Amino acid sequence: MEFFKIKRDIPFMRYGRVTTTISLVTFILAVLALGFKGLNLGVDFTGGTLMETSYPQAADIDAIRKVLEEEGIAEASVQNFGTSKDVLIRLPLKADVSSAKLSERVFTALKTHDSSVELQRVEFVGPQVGRELYESGALALLLVAAGIMGYLAMRFEWRFALAAIVANMHDIVIILGMFAFFQWEFTLTVLAGVLAVLGYSVNESVVVFDRVRENFRKMRQASVAHVIDNAITATMSRTIITHTMTQLMVLSMFVFGGEPLHNFALALTIGIVFGIYSSVLVASPIVLWLGVSRQDLMSVAAREGSADHRP
Amino acid sequence: MLNRYPLWKNLLILLVFLVGVLYSVPNLFGEDPSVQISPLRAAKVDQSTAITVEQKLKESQLTPKSVELSGQRILVRFEGTEAQLKAADVLRNVLGEGYTVALNLAPVTPRWLTAIGAKPMYLGLDLRGGVHFLMQVDMDAALKQAEERYTEDLRTLLRANKIRYKAVSRTSDGAIRVEFPERGMLDPAKELIGKELRALQVKVSESEALVEGRIGENERREIRKNALAQNIITLRNRVNELGVAEPVIQQQGDDRIVVQLPGVQDTARAKEILGATATLEFRLADTEHDVQKAAQEGISPVGTRLYKTRDGRPILLKSKIIVTGDQIVDASSGMDSNSGTPSVFVNLNAVGAKKMSETTRESIGKPMAVVFIENKTETRTVNGAKETVRKKVEEVINVATIRDRFSNRFQITGLQGTNEARNLALLLRAGALVAPVDIVEERTVGPSMGKENIDIGRKSNIYGFIAIALFMVMYYRVFGLFSILALAVNVLLLVAVLSMLQATLTLPGMAGIALTVGMAIDANVLINERIREELRNGVTPHAAIHAGYDRAFATIFDSNITTLIAGVALFMLGAGPIRGFALVLCLGILTSMFSAVLVSRALVNLTYGRQRKLAGVAI
Repeated sequence: MEFFKIKRDIPFMRYGRVTTTISLVTFILAVLALGFKGLNLGVDFTGGTLMETSYPQAADIDAIRKVLEEEGIAEASVQNFGTSKDVLIRLPLKADVSSAKLSERVFTALKTHDSSVELQRVEFVGPQVGRELYESGALALLLVAAGIMGYLAMRFEWRFALAAIVANMHDIVIILGMFAFFQWEFTLTVLAGVLAVLGYSVNESVVVFDRVRENFRKMRQASVAHVIDNAITATMSRTIITHTMTQLMVLSMFVFGGEPLHNFALALTIGIVFGIYSSVLVASPIVLWLGVSRQDLMSVAAREGSADHRP
Repeated sequence: MLNRYPLWKNLLILLVFLVGVLYSVPNLFGEDPSVQISPLRAAKVDQSTAITVEQKLKESQLTPKSVELSGQRILVRFEGTEAQLKAADVLRNVLGEGYTVALNLAPVTPRWLTAIGAKPMYLGLDLRGGVHFLMQVDMDAALKQAEERYTEDLRTLLRANKIRYKAVSRTSDGAIRVEFPERGMLDPAKELIGKELRALQVKVSESEALVEGRIGENERREIRKNALAQNIITLRNRVNELGVAEPVIQQQGDDRIVVQLPGVQDTARAKEILGATATLEFRLADTEHDVQKAAQEGISPVGTRLYKTRDGRPILLKSKIIVTGDQIVDASSGMDSNSGTPSVFVNLNAVGAKKMSETTRESIGKPMAVVFIENKTETRTVNGAKETVRKKVEEVINVATIRDRFSNRFQITGLQGTNEARNLALLLRAGALVAPVDIVEERTVGPSMGKENIDIGRKSNIYGFIAIALFMVMYYRVFGLFSILALAVNVLLLVAVLSMLQATLTLPGMAGIALTVGMAIDANVLINERIREELRNGVTPHAAIHAGYDRAFATIFDSNITTLIAGVALFMLGAGPIRGFALVLCLGILTSMFSAVLVSRALVNLTYGRQRKLAGVAI
């Protein structure tokens, strides 16, 4: 079986302006969503208490709200989650109450109201820890971006590094923008997914760039645009198949992973879809516009010396 | 061009595969619900304890799968959790205080596998259920306590040396300020402080007849370190009371402590016990009455109280308390400068020093005892009903003869070895004023949720893998099959490495395995596409295979490096479960480089390598 039997190179670079415009618009929309709506940060980052309780029968949300109000915790959010038997209670940080004791107080109150309630999960994050997690998350993002850029600059050339990182940072912004727009909860696990997908979708640019370099050696007469077109066309089959495979796995997590892996799988899916698009249709035009030439790459290859045997 | 691996390479791949099988196989055996009995302090477990356990269980109509005595603990395995819970209650009541009875899940790994160090993966709290606390030691409070101590010491010191002062006080910014009536006192005061309280950095203000002392940076660091160590010791003692099979109590950063209690469900109780207090009492030992008689009759003579030492011997102490734990400022172990034997140095505050001085003046040559008191709550099941009992556990941790009259500083000598000295100092500190701790993070996962999470992770992996396998075989036929076999080896090796490292597997970690599998297939897709491309260009099958693997490797390497960078950064900066994800990601990339390139190539070589005239390959 073979899906892609492409005889002639597809002139991707001719559409460069269109593809980058599309992605620029998406990018701006994402930034707007982030700016106006902001991320719906999970307890990990904001601090606060999250309690998951379950009842043997369908839970009476209103009754639970009332119990909480009687306890003087009116600002709690109570919602069903997964099934009608499971209830998720979110308690914001309170300055005057020892937060670690809050969950106990709430649970005792719920238990008095209905003794069949069971506590499935409690997550409490203090304000300082939340802030630290937020900061180290941001730092990890910067570190990953810098690391990848440094590596690409070393392996290829600064134009490639810049193009790849622009393309992939734009993926990240779009994932974040989607999370902001739909107000999906952004947790620590989602952040981990985002960073993993950053490393992963750079692969895409690497594969194309590798081919570009190889083509520069083989196609001595061709124009730069043609060289890039040929590289993209030649690797397209692999691009689609690989991402389909990864997506199959992510889909499996999305379907079977339940609530804990739901948003993680969602972030990965957006990352994978936009990853393909941006690393092929955004990174390559940028490389072209940055004015990459045969000499640039050859000199890097020459500096690498005889270690590089590829024809 | 033939595609063959030399024999050593094939053997090497086979060897790695076999080691992988060996170390990943313990994960298949599952776990037995079990009860773990370990001794506390003086108690011991031996064959006779095991026999008692077996008998008592029989009396309660409980049949364990096995009762194993291994080292310092007894492991009793059961068929189901119901028997396990019942047995735990029975054993708790029978064995009493000398033992910790904890619920545990014991892996059913065959002995020969355990012998070579093959163990199942270590499951994180989100997979096995339990409590995770992150506690922060209030260092400001610890420093404030120290400053107040120095204020007290300074006052005592000046008075003892007859240097007149107007006031000694602690300023709001943490300095200790002494005001003198005239400037003439400044120099002797400075000299005295420099000699006696070396940790203070002194600043003299001539114009106002003031001396200000600040605790130096080294001393501050020491205070912080001690506050943390002291809290860890206290927590460790408490966790022992809780009865947790594999607790983790670790320092994190400069001022935090991680406490992980797998299997603990009752967080309220856990918090209560972790937050319980310990204190100390110094009492004179009674030498007039007969200890044995008192112990046998259980009645202590008037004016005395009956205690037990750590190793269980009875001892009579006077009822009057000399000094209590909150009057202890510090305790440290070291060497006695005169005799060179290990000893413990104790500092008391002014109130304690005064009382100690009065008592010791009259009691030189008499023995003095240190009693360690813990206030703990215990929940027991009595006749099916849960009962919470608050109680005080008192133990004599040291008895020493008073050699001289002493006040705020003294040392306890005659200890057996540095180890005992260190332990005594730790206990003294644990019973002294403790810097307060706050819980700054809590994550509790119920047991059913843990099982659910394992199920979720397993299902995601299995169905994802099946989907990929079907597609690969359909799309690349024989080469697809090779790719899938290589991918399976990748999972096997990843699980083996995780088991060997005993790294903590979390739900994000399981998602990491799934993601690595989904990403690792990229390498084989690259190779297979390249082979197809070469074939399309009219190259012979053998040459195409050769070129496919050769050319693809550089690309695979490059593209894996970027994911590795992301993984390493996540591992460095990530917290808790995310670290598990990052670790799996990094390890998965490394194992996939091996399996995708070497294993699949070996399979291709073994299948096609021998055929000299290869007309075509199924790709």
